[in-house]
Amino acid sequence: MVFWPRSSIAKKFLNAVTGIGLALFVIVHLAENLLLLTGNPDDYNRWAHFLHSLGPLLTVLELGLAAFFLAHIWSALLVYWDKLKARPQGYRVYRSAGWTSRQTLSSQTMIYTGLTLLAFVIWHVVTFRFGPYYTVMVDGVEMRDLHRLVVEVFSDPINVALYVGVMVFLGFHLRHGFWSALQSLGAYHPRWTAVWYSGGVLVAIALAVGFIVIPIWVYLYL
Amino acid sequence: MSKKMTLHLRIWRQPGPNAPGKFVTYTIRDVSPDMSLLELLDVLNEELIKKGEPPVEFDSDCREGICGTCGFLVNGVAHGPKRGRTACQQYLRDFKDGETITLEPFRAKAFPVIKDLVVDRSAFDRIMAAGGYISVNTGSAPDANSIPIPKEIAEQAFDAAVCIGCGACVAACPNASASLFVSAKIAHLALLPQGQPERVRRVLRMVEQMDKEGFGDCSNHGECEAVCPKNISIKHIALMRREYLRALWSL
Repeated sequence: MVFWPRSSIAKKFLNAVTGIGLALFVIVHLAENLLLLTGNPDDYNRWAHFLHSLGPLLTVLELGLAAFFLAHIWSALLVYWDKLKARPQGYRVYRSAGWTSRQTLSSQTMIYTGLTLLAFVIWHVVTFRFGPYYTVMVDGVEMRDLHRLVVEVFSDPINVALYVGVMVFLGFHLRHGFWSALQSLGAYHPRWTAVWYSGGVLVAIALAVGFIVIPIWVYLYL
Repeated sequence: MSKKMTLHLRIWRQPGPNAPGKFVTYTIRDVSPDMSLLELLDVLNEELIKKGEPPVEFDSDCREGICGTCGFLVNGVAHGPKRGRTACQQYLRDFKDGETITLEPFRAKAFPVIKDLVVDRSAFDRIMAAGGYISVNTGSAPDANSIPIPKEIAEQAFDAAVCIGCGACVAACPNASASLFVSAKIAHLALLPQGQPERVRRVLRMVEQMDKEGFGDCSNHGECEAVCPKNISIKHIALMRREYLRALWSL
């Protein structure tokens, strides 16, 4: 009896739990960044300052998030590796039977959208978390002027285009990922499964559009 | 009388397990649209035998869609175009006159090709031997209604028990996962009182054997459900995962 790491079911449990965790983080992250649209740069900088004032707690949160990313990537790569091994010779002619199949462009490209998102996350963290440290006085306190950095980065149309492109990938990743995570955890209901399978499209669009609006808005209006 | 058809069959020919294979196209004229796909192969094989060529090997037994012996990919779909049917229940009327039909064996590392369209599915037997059974006392059959089972439960168990073990789920799965087959067997027994004594070790052992055989992992594409000749739902895969969690808790 081997539970870890060989079990096909355990791999998907881990991938699902970390995937849901990362999706929740993405929702929070979108909400945070919508502060860029308030019209007052201080709102955004105050929130960033609050996070930094958490000190060691922030470090714990960041390391936890990194662990979720690593576990998600690792379990996904194991699944992909097993897929390659499981069918060494592919089909000459293969197509989806349609009907109740949930096989979509989204489900077929999870590894590619996922690896693109990984490359993006590294670039994103280097750009912002470890990027230039400007300072500003807000409410008589000196704090990091992250708002200025965001405006600077998104004044370059190439960065805006790359961000918009990657967020389309995020949408595709979530379209399959959202319902698939629930199914991997064994959540199936005769009525609700159809709801969250279809609802995955709305979640994917909502998050992708939310993140697409921000760089375009910053480029055009800030 | 319907019009006679001419069909081209592009078939995977492989002389043996380790021999290289290739596609060979055959043309068959003047066949009735009401023939089955396997009958078309019978006609082709008679012609091949007359010419002294080796006939196309394929598996079949009952030819009425209930045994699970036949199966290959027809134009890229396991068992062929009409859903809820095995390959033997596909009829030529569902193809176009003059069409080229591609026939390819089920492909998976765990299902090695023996010859042409015949694959070795004994991996399924080994998964069943690992836990797909119940313990019963031998002797005369017990009274049919000695163990009351609610109708809904009986029907749910039957929805899973209709699996004929044909392997189309593996063939159609982009990951070559056997999860639909294994989950159907687990669900069938986990739902019924007779399956309770081995319930915990059954799911652990069958899943372990499934992984050992070299099947891929389920990524929830749901392609298996769409090609299953018995329309078995992927809800059973979710149930298998719950059974697995439950088994880990109870260890």
